Order: sequence, then C-alpha cells, then structure tokens
Amino acid sequence: MNITRRQFFKVCSAGLGGSSIALMGFSPTAALAEVRTFKLARATETRNTCPYCSVSCGVLIYSTGDKSKNAPGEIIHIEGDPDNPVNRGTLCPKGAGLRDMVQSANRLKWPEVREAGSNEWKRISWDEALDRVARHMKKDRDANFMAQNKDGVTVNRWSSTGFLASSAASNEAGYLTVKMLRALGMTSIDTQARI
Amino acid sequence: MALQSLDIKQRSATTSPTPQARITLEVAKLIDVSACIGCKACTVACMEWNDVREEVGNCHGVYDNPVDLTENAWTVMRFSEVEQNDKLEWLIRKDGCMHCADPGCLKACPAPGAIVQYSNGIVDFHQENCIGCGYCITGCPFNVPRISKKDSKAYKCTLCSDRVAVNQAPACVKACPTGAIQFGSKEDMKDYAEHRITDLRERGYDKAGLYDPEGVGGTHVMYVLHHADQPNLYAGLPANPAISPLVSLWKGFAKPLATLALAGVALGSLFHYVTKGPNEVSKEIEDEIEKEDAK
Repeated sequence: MNITRRQFFKVCSAGLGGSSIALMGFSPTAALAEVRTFKLARATETRNTCPYCSVSCGVLIYSTGDKSKNAPGEIIHIEGDPDNPVNRGTLCPKGAGLRDMVQSANRLKWPEVREAGSNEWKRISWDEALDRVARHMKKDRDANFMAQNKDGVTVNRWSSTGFLASSAASNEAGYLTVKMLRALGMTSIDTQARI
Repeated sequence: MALQSLDIKQRSATTSPTPQARITLEVAKLIDVSACIGCKACTVACMEWNDVREEVGNCHGVYDNPVDLTENAWTVMRFSEVEQNDKLEWLIRKDGCMHCADPGCLKACPAPGAIVQYSNGIVDFHQENCIGCGYCITGCPFNVPRISKKDSKAYKCTLCSDRVAVNQAPACVKACPTGAIQFGSKEDMKDYAEHRITDLRERGYDKAGLYDPEGVGGTHVMYVLHHADQPNLYAGLPANPAISPLVSLWKGFAKPLATLALAGVALGSLFHYVTKGPNEVSKEIEDEIEKEDAK
C-alpha cells in the first residue's frame, strides 16, 4: 500500500479520535439488552399424553397459530403438564425430547401392511386398516368362539385373541375397553400400564 | 419505565451507571447432587427449549455424553467414580453456567452489552453484540462459555432468562423427574438446601454442605454436595473459584494506563497544535521530495 505522509497522519488522528470517543462511552451501537422473547406467547396449548412408556406422563404441546382455518399449526415445543398428577410437569430425557420424535423424518405417519408371503410394506388408508383389523377379529372369533364348554355350561368364551390396552387410557376409556372386550367374550386382557 | 423485561444490573464494557432503584426478586437454581440419577432430562429439555441441537456423539467408554459443554450443549452431566470411606461412589454433577454474582465473563468482556447481568442475578450473553474474542472464556472461573464454530459467537446457559422473565422455571428445572433441580428465590433455595443437608448428615454424610462460593460473590446456581469439603471430587469443581488475576490486571491496571496514555497523546497533540500550529511545508521542499519520489 502506498500512503503519503499526509494520509498517514489523517488515518492516525481518525483512529485516535474514534477510539477516544468510544472509550468515553459514545459507542455507535449502544444496543439495548433484552431477553429472548418468550416463544410460547399466544401459541396454541394442547394437552396430551407422552406415547413412550407405560407411566404415561402428561405433556403440553405448543403449536403455532390459533387453529384458524387458513393457518395450519406446526408444533414448536413440548413440555410436561404441571396439572397432570402422574408427572406434575416433569419428564424423562425421552419425554423431554418428544418434539424431535414427532417431527422425526423416520416417523411412521400412516398404516402399512405386509401381506402374508410378501416382503414389502404397502401403504393403506386408515379406513382400510380398521376394516382389516375388524375382519381379522371377526374371522377368528367365528372360528374359535365357544358358547358352551364340554360340560354344557354356557361360557361365551373367545380365548384365541388377546388384547393389550393402552396405558394412556383414562378410567372412562379403560371401563369402555373392558366392557367392549368382555361383551365379545375375550378372556386375555392386559394393559401396558402393568408392564 | 424500563425498555426490557428484566432490569439490568451490570453491562459489559459500559461505564454509565444502570438503574438501581427497583429491587427485584433474586432467583437461584439449586442442584442437589445427591438426588440426581444422571438421566439427562435436563440436558434434553435445555436443547429443546433453547432451539439448539448437539450432534450425536460417540461413546467414550463413560456415561458423559455430550462429553463437554459446547455452543449447543449448555448443560452436561459429569460422572465421577471416586472412593470415599472405602466405598465406591458415583458422583453425578450437572455442569453449566453458575451465574456468579461477580461474573468474570462480564468483567473480561470488551464488547459493550454483549454480557449483561440482570437484577435477579441471571448473567446473559447477547450474541448480537458479541465480537467472538473469547475473553469471557478466560474470565470464567468455571470454564463454561463456548465459541460457536458456525457464527464465532459465545454461548452458554441463560438460566432460561426468557422463561424466568415471565415467571416460569428454567426448562431443566421443570423437566427434572427426581426433583434434584429446584428453582426459586435465592433465600428459599438456601432454606431448601439446609433441609437437604440436615437429611444427608443424618444419613452419614457429615461433610454435606452447600456450594455457594464466596470468591465470585456467591452464585445463582448452587449445589448441595455430600462431600462439600472436597468439591474437586465432582469432576473438578473448583474449591475456591475466583476471577483470573489476568482479568483484573487488564481491566484494573493495563486498560486505565493505556487510556491515560491515549488521552495524554491527544492532549499533547492539541497543545502542540495550539502552540506551534500546523506543520507548514514550503513549496520548495515539496517539489524536492516529489522529485526524489519520481526517481
């Protein structure tokens, strides 16, 4: 760089002046110090149950928007539900990272079926999936239902299919589950909450 | 009326005084090391809340993962296997910013407003003002701040200042499933710690105590330790942390001296200008020099 004597003095005095002014507190960027804005302000809060283990901790799911028709929400945060008596706001490391599970690229988002003899999973609709489950259950019940035992006593028993109930079910849902299964004659009923 | 949600007590590289009239609640986080099971729910909750994600690391043969604090992992669990009273003890300490009352990072920071201390005790980094010099790392007695390789700015635990500003507990505290992390007023936390220490002493840990080191004016993240007489057992927690003498040498001696020299030069130049006037160069000398330059 070629610099004349005059330019050298100009640069020096400008630098000295600038740093002196800054030193006296006249900083050009006297930016305000503010905390990061609370990111859940006006987010939609949805109560739910953690899907991982049988403890079934209550969670609060926070999503963008106010559920208005033209603005579909996206989940931005999940934390423990302090009103849930199971966990009272706390979560384990898996529960604390729930948002990354919900938004995981590897997450299964629709029902799939692998037909007998096939090695490929095929995507089906929820209606098809529920119809299929109902058809399998009916077929099995029709084949194995026992109205009377060998002594001629009425038992109305369907013992070839078992049911594992959800641990996230409320008392009411649990009551309905048992009522429904007993009506079908099912004998093997268990719940994941016992595991 | 303040322009921010929390009153500012101290601001890095700023000499103008901050508002002092309002008295706000002094908060603290208490980590009861004896109740921690090392599940790392706090680490996950911290990353989730603060929108940072550490890369999935490798197993180093120990439970420490992430192995060290990073710009994305603002709190990590440090596991120490030690022998005490002929018994193996597995000590698990949640490491992170201690939010010192006398913060070494803030003292060392040369960027105005990059580090602030709120009146509730939280020490917060404002990355938009950070120049990435790394002086905060030198100033920190606990080796906590980390410079991001992505944006060359320093990051550390904020004690969830955004949550605390709206009266919510920090994310780690809320998640902790064993209640090993508690949050409240500093006074309440000391009371709670007293109750825990009494319990530990009854269980045979007669050296149990509170870690609230005086050398940094006390901290807003405190530990209940079963071996309070040997904090070093807990992955090298310093027994008497203090701000490095280099920081006070720079800020207390070298910087004022340099300032004085700078002011002296400015004053001298002014004096010289007034008494001698500008340096006049005659046409002949200028022509002569230009002739020399042309050669």
